[in-house]
Amino acid sequence: MSPHRHFFGSRLGRPTAARISTPGGPPPITVKNLTMAYGSFVLMKDLNFVVKHGDIFIIMGGSGCGKSTLLRHLLGLIEPATGEIVYGDFNFTKAEPLARESMLRSFGVLYQSGALWSSMTLAENVGLPLGQFTDLSAAEIREVASLKLALVGLKGFEDYFPSQISGGMQKRAGLARAIALDPEILFFDEPSAGLDPISSRLLDDLILELRDNLGATVVVVTHELASIFAIGNNSVFLDAESRTMIASGDPKELLAHSTDHRVRTFLTRGGEDAADSARSHG
Amino acid sequence: MQAQEQSIKSGELSFARADSSTLVVRLRGDWHLRHGLPTSQAVETQLNTAPRPSRLTFEASDLGEWDSGLLTFLNGVSDICQKHHLKPDFASLPDGVRQLIELAEAVPEKSGARAEAHHSSFIEHLGSSTLLYLHGIDEFLRFLGEVTIAFINLFLGKARFRSVDLMVLIQDCGLHAFGIVTLITFLVGVIMAFMGAVQLQLFGAQIFVADLVAIAMTRDMGAMMTAIIMAGRTGASFAAQLGSMKVTQEIDALTTMGISPLEFLVLPRVTALVLMIPLLCIYADCVGILGGAFVGSTVLHLSLQTYLRETMHAVTLTGIFGGVLKGIAYAVIISVAGCLRGFQCGNSSSAVGDAATEAVVTSITYIVVACGLFAFIFNAIGI
Repeated sequence: MSPHRHFFGSRLGRPTAARISTPGGPPPITVKNLTMAYGSFVLMKDLNFVVKHGDIFIIMGGSGCGKSTLLRHLLGLIEPATGEIVYGDFNFTKAEPLARESMLRSFGVLYQSGALWSSMTLAENVGLPLGQFTDLSAAEIREVASLKLALVGLKGFEDYFPSQISGGMQKRAGLARAIALDPEILFFDEPSAGLDPISSRLLDDLILELRDNLGATVVVVTHELASIFAIGNNSVFLDAESRTMIASGDPKELLAHSTDHRVRTFLTRGGEDAADSARSHG
Repeated sequence: MQAQEQSIKSGELSFARADSSTLVVRLRGDWHLRHGLPTSQAVETQLNTAPRPSRLTFEASDLGEWDSGLLTFLNGVSDICQKHHLKPDFASLPDGVRQLIELAEAVPEKSGARAEAHHSSFIEHLGSSTLLYLHGIDEFLRFLGEVTIAFINLFLGKARFRSVDLMVLIQDCGLHAFGIVTLITFLVGVIMAFMGAVQLQLFGAQIFVADLVAIAMTRDMGAMMTAIIMAGRTGASFAAQLGSMKVTQEIDALTTMGISPLEFLVLPRVTALVLMIPLLCIYADCVGILGGAFVGSTVLHLSLQTYLRETMHAVTLTGIFGGVLKGIAYAVIISVAGCLRGFQCGNSSSAVGDAATEAVVTSITYIVVACGLFAFIFNAIGI
């Protein structure tokens, strides 16, 4: 556990949020026999994987294979057709709505579009969860929100509205909101989407720094090879054709040792040209 | 320039038989989309003409400039050949054409992907529409139930929303709606007075125009017109706001933060409208009566004093409170329908527009139904 974990002391503690797990305890995320379906159409089946403490876990695969749908299942936005999602010892799939809500407060989510609340300033966006789930005063909330914005490089932008800043800045502001309550698990949906290569690299660096300093476990949905190799240390590969996962493990290991042509084709961008990129990060 | 364009010859198509089993398709001239294209059906006619060819080739020595028009034609020919179990020979076509055709055929059509045209009978259509409508009522009532539970939680201190959001919404639903409510209800008062005046003047009873306008406005028209204005203005706005929030995943962001979107987004909207519509109803009643008074004094030559005295005789507290009660019911309908349609919005920008339209249609339909129910109930209890 990082010493920065409870930087704001007990007043920023999560009195109602469930504790997922601690290092040495059960893994933060366990997915068991998960089947994702829309009505009778099965999108993915037999998904089994474990995300360990401090992992940057990549959910990867081609477009339309169900990566974002899997993320929505992990967040409880879609119910599994069959199977279970377990956070630590807590069976999220079978939990009552109130217990689930409590568990959700241990998560931080950065959506593809940032999903900032457009009628609120950046400080209000970051401050909303603090106002809802802590006893901090308005001035203290403002201070914490300023700090979180500073952590993502947006110091001084507290009173800007989302429409007044660029797409990359919106992503970073979304990240500041995601870490508002010092979450134990951070979820990222296509963090590099719509960003130029430099902004994308900066966001990757930020994810690594937050993981290291907040001690959070990170789950990232992406198909950006540069990001996958730069930050991922564990992964699952979803295949649209066979409608199940066909590989899991460290992406760099998969690139080096996987014999499955679908995995290799994806990780080498249809050739071997991405291998160099992976080695340079490796 | 126009004459020059017309002089450009469009693509020409002719057919020849190299031998009894080979159909040669000759392409001449410039094949541009903007000049129109020969239909590929002509090729089908040739393939059905005896002796039926087993091979199809092209002759393109006189082919001029080409664009997607030629490719579209060749793609159509390729589909026809597939139906006749032939493989067209594109070898004699320019390299660019050949490569683009190969690109178009590189990924075969996914079976089952093409939408099948489905023609339903009138009875089937009527049945499915009725079921859909009943399902809509069911959804509305369920959502109304959820909102009621959320309100109970609010009173028990288990639910919260931002007071600043409520203030902004009250300003939007109330203050910002004054202008349009004033204009419409004043004109409604004027129209009703004119309609009544035409008939009542025949009997020399034009003074009763004041009674007609006052009773109609306070009992029904004030609430009804305010509700219709607010359904178009605020109900649609609620649906569009929540729909946009759904498209941009802002509602998901609330959910995954453990904040109930129903409490955070719906409660302040319902509260704001329930607080504002009754006030707007009373205001609309007054403005409508003023509209009637305007006609009374300018057209019927009644003094303002006489008109207002007659109005005071006609108006009852029961009538005013009846109108306000209807206004509260309409406010619930508008806000719940607007929020429900917003939450049901799809994930595209056009879906946001559809949600706004649906919200207005649902609100107005249910307002009229509620108005009928109120008329029946008020009549039964003698109000």
